[in-house]
Amino acid sequence: MEALFAMAIGLLTAVGIYLMLRLRTYPVILGLTFLSYGVNLFLFASGRLAVNAAPIIGYPQPYADPLPQALVLTAIVISFGMTAVIMIMAIGGYLEAGHDRVDLDDTLEPEA
Amino acid sequence: MSLALIVALPFLGAALPALAIRAGRDACAVVAGLVTGLALVLLALKAPVVLQGGVVQTRIDWLPALGLNANFFLDGLGLLFSGMILGIGLLVILYARYYLSERDNMGQFFSNLLMFQGAMLGIVLSDNILMLLIFWELTSLTSFLLIGYWKHLPEARQGARMALAVTGSGGLAMIAGMLILGQVAGSYDLTVILTQRDAILASGWYLPALVLILAGAFTKSAQFPFHFWLPHAMAAPTPVSAYLHSATMVKAGIFLLARMWPVLSGTFEWFVIVVFTGLFTMILAAKIALYKDDLKAVLAYSTVSHLGLITMLLGLGSESAATVAIFHIVNHAVFKAALFMSAGIVDHETGTRDLRQLGGLRRLMPVTFALTAIAALAMAGIPPLNGFLSKEMMLAETTQVIWPNTWIVAVLAVIGAALSVGYAFRLLAHGFFGPVRSDYPQRPHDPGFGLWAAPAVLAALAVLIGLFPNTLAGWIVNPAASATTGVGVFVHIEHWHGTKAAALWMSLAAVGGGLVLLGLYPRLRALWDALPKPDAKRIFDAAVEPLARDARSVTQAMHNGNFGLAVTLAVLTITGAGLFAFLTATHLPGTRALLPVGPVSFAIWSVMMLCALAAVLFHRNRVVALILTGVVGLLIAPLFAFFSAPDLALTQIAVEVVTVLLMLLALNFLPKTTPRESPLPRRVRDALVAGIAGAGVAWLAFAMMTRTPAFDPISAFHLAQSKPGAGGTNAVNTIIVDFRGYDTYGEIIVLGIAALILLALSEVLLASPAALRRLKALPKETESGDRHPMMLVVATRALLPMALMVGVYLYLRGHNMPGGGFVAGLVFAIAYLMQYMASGYDFSHARQRVDHHALIGWGVLVASLAGIGAWVMGLPFLTSGFTYIDLPPLEKFELATAMIFDLGVFLCVLGAVLLALASLSRLARRTDERPNTRAYDTERRR
Repeated sequence: MEALFAMAIGLLTAVGIYLMLRLRTYPVILGLTFLSYGVNLFLFASGRLAVNAAPIIGYPQPYADPLPQALVLTAIVISFGMTAVIMIMAIGGYLEAGHDRVDLDDTLEPEA
Repeated sequence: MSLALIVALPFLGAALPALAIRAGRDACAVVAGLVTGLALVLLALKAPVVLQGGVVQTRIDWLPALGLNANFFLDGLGLLFSGMILGIGLLVILYARYYLSERDNMGQFFSNLLMFQGAMLGIVLSDNILMLLIFWELTSLTSFLLIGYWKHLPEARQGARMALAVTGSGGLAMIAGMLILGQVAGSYDLTVILTQRDAILASGWYLPALVLILAGAFTKSAQFPFHFWLPHAMAAPTPVSAYLHSATMVKAGIFLLARMWPVLSGTFEWFVIVVFTGLFTMILAAKIALYKDDLKAVLAYSTVSHLGLITMLLGLGSESAATVAIFHIVNHAVFKAALFMSAGIVDHETGTRDLRQLGGLRRLMPVTFALTAIAALAMAGIPPLNGFLSKEMMLAETTQVIWPNTWIVAVLAVIGAALSVGYAFRLLAHGFFGPVRSDYPQRPHDPGFGLWAAPAVLAALAVLIGLFPNTLAGWIVNPAASATTGVGVFVHIEHWHGTKAAALWMSLAAVGGGLVLLGLYPRLRALWDALPKPDAKRIFDAAVEPLARDARSVTQAMHNGNFGLAVTLAVLTITGAGLFAFLTATHLPGTRALLPVGPVSFAIWSVMMLCALAAVLFHRNRVVALILTGVVGLLIAPLFAFFSAPDLALTQIAVEVVTVLLMLLALNFLPKTTPRESPLPRRVRDALVAGIAGAGVAWLAFAMMTRTPAFDPISAFHLAQSKPGAGGTNAVNTIIVDFRGYDTYGEIIVLGIAALILLALSEVLLASPAALRRLKALPKETESGDRHPMMLVVATRALLPMALMVGVYLYLRGHNMPGGGFVAGLVFAIAYLMQYMASGYDFSHARQRVDHHALIGWGVLVASLAGIGAWVMGLPFLTSGFTYIDLPPLEKFELATAMIFDLGVFLCVLGAVLLALASLSRLARRTDERPNTRAYDTERRR
């Protein structure tokens, strides 16, 4: 299972980076979302995988490591905040400049 | 604490002048003076202990494991320097109040001055050398602001930059030297290092440490060959020059030499480098000073020369010479500050500082003349002024030197002294004596009392110390010299040593030589003007320009506006560094037992992988790509649940829903498709980069998961303490609201700020004509027949109370079972979002009673109160308490302050999500959409 999990992390990261390398803002934002998935799973994996071991006292031992879980929980919420902020930046860029390219290039004209 | 407070006061007070300037220039100066004065009073309260030979210490452990502690100590040397910094600081503030014109931004000036003052105090009071280094660089930075204060003048900007480059890079060298010392001594505390002389000398690292530390000290104190920055710093306003170049900035290097004297001095290397650098600087700078016409340039080079003198004395390595150095530090600060201030007065009142345009001021400006004469004669070393005493003691010390022979150092010192007499006399002769001229730029007259009060105090000090040195200077010189040398010094300063004393004849020779120089001045000047002279600024620029050019070209090559290039470089660099680290280190074998692959988890995994790949393939259709992204995100939730993280599963689902909704909303304002732009090679290249990074991450993750942690996870503590310590059985929740509550506290604030950024940016867009025009021009999509279908409205209304109930339930049980404030806030947010979706923004917003901003504010406030509540109980911030309550007919239940904190988290998350939605909706209302006022559509759309 660990190998599959690692492959998932790798694929999510690769998809994230590929989309971030696109030329328009929207794919870049989706790419960042994918990258967040990958990073969150990676952080989660640092607690090692365990089945039927929810870290709730009173459940049968052993427990999964709760610390990476707490870290990832806050990371999930923060990445929502980050996505929302870059989203409005992308909208702002599009509405102000008339195009949604990410590269700075003064030679390009607005499209709309 | 109070030593730390003395250092912190100027920094804390730095904001006050900038605010007080609204109440006027007097208020501004008074506030700056009060801050300085208060620090001076605090210092004076500590002084009695130090004067009796004690040491005051303040220890604040910060990162003891790294040797990084905010430790301060005050001994005689620290007292002398901090007294000068604050005392002369007060006089400079008084002087600057009357010197700066209406056009100058006085608030900014005093703010910068106070920050600089704080940094200087930090240097002289730090016990920890790492902290000292930070303050050291802070003086470079703040003096940059002060020197470049008149930013409209190019020479001010260039001078400031040069000072920063020279003193800043010297500081970097010093960091290396200090780290060596710290490593060898085994401590970063100065008080420890000062006792480790033998270990440092024996370690073999002495010479590198010495050279690096001297590089720092010599650049700061403008010793040859780094002396050139100081004259260029004269572009600063004169109060700055008076402060930086008499008592503070340039004395920092001297202070460091004195501070490290017990450890570093007394070796042959120290003697040769320090004595001859000092001696050479002293003569060279004095010679240049003789031929400068700008009053401030004369003073600048004379400062360099006197710093050379003090450096030389510290280099000699004997206790008596170090004592003389301390005494001269005091004297030089007094007369040089007075001279700078007088030069400023001349500049202020005559409109020029050029000695060739001055002369005859003796009758026109008698007060200024008297002050300048006293200070200049003190600088020349004429009895009975203070400069005479220390200069004669200096000459006496040089006669003790026996290397390289018994007389060369003494002769060079006399030559330096003679040159010093020469330029001091010339300054008076050409500036104040001679006939009154008719062509001054302005009609000269003495300034008001406010401007000459500060130099008058200093001139009086020069006279009084000269007359009663043991009474007026001995009390501070003795403890300072004792602290410097590490042995008890009790100095007795005398004016007259009898005709057999060599120093008397050397003094006379120096004065005679100075008079000869003045007599021969026109001829010497012609000779000097004919000689070629290296232009330090041109050499400096020639050395710096190629570096700056290279830096620019590298930066522009990597940051050329191509985002993909920047990401590619970053990704490849990170991957390469990770690979290098992985391959060059040793690893345990990956022997951890692996989990078997089950059918359910494999199914989830396969769908997730397929959706991720499909998202790449179909990313041009943005709606499809978003849905695929959402599917991947939602599938992560069961993965979390499967691998024993129910809290994460809940949060992931809730966040995913909110994120997809917001991104769908955002897609209203963006093109629905991405054009096919990148050619195939570019796509292959990007896929390769992404593939390399993905493979690296996967490999790393696999390597990590197949090995047990090298150190036991600290979460064993959290698990063990979750119930007895935090009163909850859900260890993840107790970590979030209790053990790591401070992190969470910071995080909800960040989330709130992110939501406010959204609001602010949408505000900016709504104020921009171009954005509004494009909003109205957005293509209208064909929508479904009903904008707000009744079925959806009824369903969401029915769901609302249930969803809220679920939210409350999740919140209440969060401490013990999966749930908590984050999830509850998100569930509430989704319940409200559904109302907005069903009935539209206008209808829902009109029925909303609580402001979203207020929710965020209340959230932070409630969380803060939960934290502050602990203070009332005398516990650290955010310590939680809990108790069990038996209230029939309910089961026994628990009340914990962490619940209050979690309520803050809940409110903040709810407010942030709703504010994000509201910000986007405000944009939507400007797209010429028909606002809805009814809960659902009652008429068919065309």
